[in-house]
Amino acid sequence: MSISRREVLTSIAAVAMAGGAVSLEAAQHVHESAAADANATGGVYKPKALTQHEFDTLKTLCEIIVPGASKGGAAEFIDLLSSQNPDMSAIYTGGIEWLDEAMKRRYRADFLTASAAQRTEMLDKIAYRKNRTPELAPGITFFNWARRMTVDAYYTSAAGIKDVGYIGNRGSKEFKVPQEAIDYAVKRSPFA
Amino acid sequence: MFQITRSAPVYDVVIIGSGAGGGTVTKVLADLGISVALLEAGRMLHPETDFKEHKWPYEYPHRGSGDGGASYFGRGRAFGFFSAQAGGWQLEGEPYTVAEGSKFNWFRSRIVGGRTNHYGRISLRYADYDLKPYSRDGIGTDWPISYEDISPYYDKAEGFIGVTGSKEGIRSAPDGIFQKCPPPRVHEVLIKKAADKLGIPCIPNRLAVITQTTNGRPACHYCGQCGRGCIPASNYSSSQVQVFPAMQTGKVTLITDAMARELITNDEGKVTAVSYIDKKTRTEKQIKCRTVVVAASCCESTRLLLNSKGPGHENGLGNSSGTVGQYLTDNTGFSLGARIPALEGMQRHDADGMGGAHLYMPWWLWDKKTDFPRGYHVELGGGYSMPGVGSFAGVCAQHEGYGDSLKKAIYEDFGTHVGFAGRGEMIPNKDTYCEIDPNVVDKYGIPVLKFHFKWTDAEYKQVEHMEKTFTDLIETMGGTVVKRNRPTSEKISEGGDIIHEVGAIRMGNDPKAAPLNKYCQSNDVKNLFVADAAPFVTNPDKNPTLTIVALAWRTADYLAEEMRKGNV
Repeated sequence: MSISRREVLTSIAAVAMAGGAVSLEAAQHVHESAAADANATGGVYKPKALTQHEFDTLKTLCEIIVPGASKGGAAEFIDLLSSQNPDMSAIYTGGIEWLDEAMKRRYRADFLTASAAQRTEMLDKIAYRKNRTPELAPGITFFNWARRMTVDAYYTSAAGIKDVGYIGNRGSKEFKVPQEAIDYAVKRSPFA
Repeated sequence: MFQITRSAPVYDVVIIGSGAGGGTVTKVLADLGISVALLEAGRMLHPETDFKEHKWPYEYPHRGSGDGGASYFGRGRAFGFFSAQAGGWQLEGEPYTVAEGSKFNWFRSRIVGGRTNHYGRISLRYADYDLKPYSRDGIGTDWPISYEDISPYYDKAEGFIGVTGSKEGIRSAPDGIFQKCPPPRVHEVLIKKAADKLGIPCIPNRLAVITQTTNGRPACHYCGQCGRGCIPASNYSSSQVQVFPAMQTGKVTLITDAMARELITNDEGKVTAVSYIDKKTRTEKQIKCRTVVVAASCCESTRLLLNSKGPGHENGLGNSSGTVGQYLTDNTGFSLGARIPALEGMQRHDADGMGGAHLYMPWWLWDKKTDFPRGYHVELGGGYSMPGVGSFAGVCAQHEGYGDSLKKAIYEDFGTHVGFAGRGEMIPNKDTYCEIDPNVVDKYGIPVLKFHFKWTDAEYKQVEHMEKTFTDLIETMGGTVVKRNRPTSEKISEGGDIIHEVGAIRMGNDPKAAPLNKYCQSNDVKNLFVADAAPFVTNPDKNPTLTIVALAWRTADYLAEEMRKGNV
């Protein structure tokens, strides 16, 4: 964490301790500088745990699971954690290997080189528990992991948080609830 | 700190533990000009760097799942990466054991402020009848004090730490000195309407959060992150609100990384020193005192007394009654949630508010007949909280699939769930207690605790009642509860889970039945006091922290007066 952010936070505390209100501008600056830190990736990402092929395959898969996941850094998130944890790494190297083999058996092409229609056909099988067979079970287990972690990566990124519509994590002097929101919910409830 | 053993100072009071009880005693005594040494088993707290207030998950490459994605494998931090807790259910090198057939989980925090840095901050007074339960229903034991004894100290506690709330005139939830509670969020408005329909009171919450400037602390800025710790100290933690200000008086010597091992006594049976392990050097040291206040947390204080053995007190110090470790209880816990269709598609807005619900339900059947003794209160959850790792795991599991339809499902699901959590009174029973395990020591060589724990029908029936109440509330709001057939023993929390363990060093009127008198002073050892939840006689359906603060304040006042009179 940058020193500047810590200084700003400390100054918020100082202002607050002096009996003043929290400066919204200061709070906003904290969040912007933090976002700038996070976005400063500096060029092309070099995978840490996965091979380049595995990483490219994962990145394509993540983007299909959650369109926009690349912006959320989903593949980088998974690769980083895999580099720190052999259990995690095994899930992804094994899962991607399984996926490529299954694609090659059916379409004579691995996941990356297969057509969009072929990818969809395969994913439509492994994206649902009801399709579990001895043959597909490893793929379903793998997809479950990839879906969960792609969703986590995207919805904890600045883009995903905005997309789902979370508004908050900011100081305000007073807490108010919009009357339109209350009216909307009450009207749709059994208490209308 | 440089000390030469031969001229080691003798402190008027040594306080062991810097949580709600120890923090309160430290503040009260320091304000009276009494010099104290405060021993804390954990490290110093540095709010500006320790607290993750206002941080986004994307500021961390692991997004809050922990290094190597620990939380995906069930190895993440308790209460999540962002929580201000500094401890856990297991501490490396500091085990505890659990008897066969029992389940018990013990949460310990090793840091200045202890568990008050991260706790839920719900601050409820015990009712008059809570202190005289035996007189009312013939079960258990009455407290040696009445509501009139403790009420002035609730006033002091609330006035000093700051608590939100409203005057309601409900006997089970006595009114106090309250600051204004912010308005209910949308889902809480719906919950209140459901509660009104079912005849259950649903009132502004009583949280140790300040909504007006208090003793130089600024009002809440409504970021909803109390559990992460509040850098400006707009909520109560003993570290920021009591210990740090008390240190400014110059009367407090804080010694961190000091794990109390044993209380040393002289021939007259008085405590003369505390033996502790200096964790940094792993050496044994002693600090001399005229009086000792043990406030290490209910079970840790019990462990310290039981480990302080000597001639005339072979079963532990202050334990001539043989009851130290007995009458341990936790609160009961059960929760249930559901999706509420009325909340779907609502316009997004900032629902952060205070770090906790803005409403709660006090026990409402206190004057009605139920098939279980005592009662419970209801805590509420829901709203648009900051997305984190795992926030949408439920949607993923239910919706399955991928692509735009999955994104749509997540968008529609966000903020539409409500949750109810019950916290109720457990009746002390003979199968629930802690003792020293003769076979196991921790990494400092200190014998560890062994827990025995059993729920009885009294608690099981209460939890069944909670399930029915929460189901009624959800259905009244238009939600659907997914029915799961499981035995009550699997619905109820495990012992210790609620982290409301109280009662193992009871106060009472009869020295043969209770180790402490009504001022939480040891009957056997006049210069030994206990100031955490261990002296509690019962564990009513109210979170214990406010009562810990109030009782500790009362004990500190009494101790100061006894010192002035030369009695201790």
